[in-house]
Amino acid sequence: MTASAPIRDISAQPALFQTILELIRRTSTQLPDDVVRAVTAARKEEAEGSNADVALNVIGCNIGLARENSLPLCQDTGTILFYVHTPVGYDQIEFEEIATQAVREATKVGYLRQNSVDSITGKNTGDNTGPGSPVFHFMQWRKPHVEVKLMLKGGGCENMNAQYSLPHPDLGGRDLKGVENAILDAVLQAQGQGCGPGILGVCIGGDRATGYSYAKEQLLRTMDDTNDDPLLADLESRVVDKANQSGIGPMGFGGRTTLLACKIGKQNRLPASFFVSVAYMCWAYRRRGVTVDMAGNAGEWLY
Amino acid sequence: MATVKLTTPIDEATIRSLHVGDTVSISGRLYTGRDAVHHRLHEGVKPPVDLKGQIIYHCGPVMVKEGDRWVCKAAGPTTSSREEPYQWEVIRNFGIRGVIGKGGMGEKTLNACREYGAVYMHAIGGAAQVCAASIKRVDGVDWMDLGSPEAIWHLWVEEFMAIVTMDAHGQSLHKQVFEESKRKLAALKA
Repeated sequence: MTASAPIRDISAQPALFQTILELIRRTSTQLPDDVVRAVTAARKEEAEGSNADVALNVIGCNIGLARENSLPLCQDTGTILFYVHTPVGYDQIEFEEIATQAVREATKVGYLRQNSVDSITGKNTGDNTGPGSPVFHFMQWRKPHVEVKLMLKGGGCENMNAQYSLPHPDLGGRDLKGVENAILDAVLQAQGQGCGPGILGVCIGGDRATGYSYAKEQLLRTMDDTNDDPLLADLESRVVDKANQSGIGPMGFGGRTTLLACKIGKQNRLPASFFVSVAYMCWAYRRRGVTVDMAGNAGEWLY
Repeated sequence: MATVKLTTPIDEATIRSLHVGDTVSISGRLYTGRDAVHHRLHEGVKPPVDLKGQIIYHCGPVMVKEGDRWVCKAAGPTTSSREEPYQWEVIRNFGIRGVIGKGGMGEKTLNACREYGAVYMHAIGGAAQVCAASIKRVDGVDWMDLGSPEAIWHLWVEEFMAIVTMDAHGQSLHKQVFEESKRKLAALKA
């Protein structure tokens, strides 16, 4: 995707344009219910009047204000990540053009911040488009409709992603123990920087690029799901349990809630490689989705 | 814990009376300044406003122009550690009394806070609407050539809430929590 590509007039797909614009609005302004439930439950864990309690109270107020006023939960509206499933034969090029127009409009009205900057000159394009922005992941499926998921991942948490190559002199070998120690090291290093309490998406294996990509995709799972793989399910709960004994707490102020969830997937690796890729997500865990019919109309809202 | 009310500009004695853990409620002017602003000041460009006694807010807000007026749509703190190479110098050269951000800063900034009389105040990261609710006006903007998120916005705030996490006495909550959590996680190692 390049900014210079000719952009189709939205009149080609007015319904799709509106659907994507509404998806962006909801994602930026309304935290999904599963995340709200986890944040609300966390507050009960913290000592009343502690800094952690104050932080979670402010976070709760913020969630309400953003929804009520239809304004961004967080000013860093992040990397714009579209995950799109389409029927065989669907025009993905047109989807990309229409969705890009919706991103431009969402930026103009303030659902999104002007967030796309030339990496060398520092010039802001002003409309969130440009090389690499927004990001589209297309996948075909044999269903008759389109499904669009959108994640907005802020820079504060993105900066705290980490990738480990095992064996590691301090963290251990190529086994579940080494993986667990690597993930908890990422939690230690992320404290305060990525706005906690956080949520982790993890990929064991893959190459350096697919590992990070798959780690991020784990964040499309719901907070309360259970991993089909019993070994990974066990690791997920052990990581959350230990992270919450670390005392890092919300915002790194100290306290009992450091992680709200950890979601781990695995990909095959080369015999020579063993990567553990950790995608850190802040409490402002903005991901939503919608099913779309062939005319571009919204069907079911996801999450 | 009682909340300390601060009005900008702030004098040195008031700043030195603050301690880690204090909750503060700030009213008056805040200037935003983040990566590009700190880099430019470090390169020797003079600030377009008098920063003496003022607070710099590490923030890249969502701003929308409605008619001829700028309106702040969201304005939470950004990660402060990126300004660690520059912040001490900005405190020393321009007489800043406070920095608002998130995630805390390192030894250079902590030393500058002690030496020149300044504090680091932590806003709640991600809470862009709670922060924006206390911004009553946008009075101006400088250095828009850096792009809207990186510009110096002149904000007028009432009762902007933050927690002192680094004080002028050499104390840092971030250092304490990091050391304790490192020890606890080492004990829990698989």
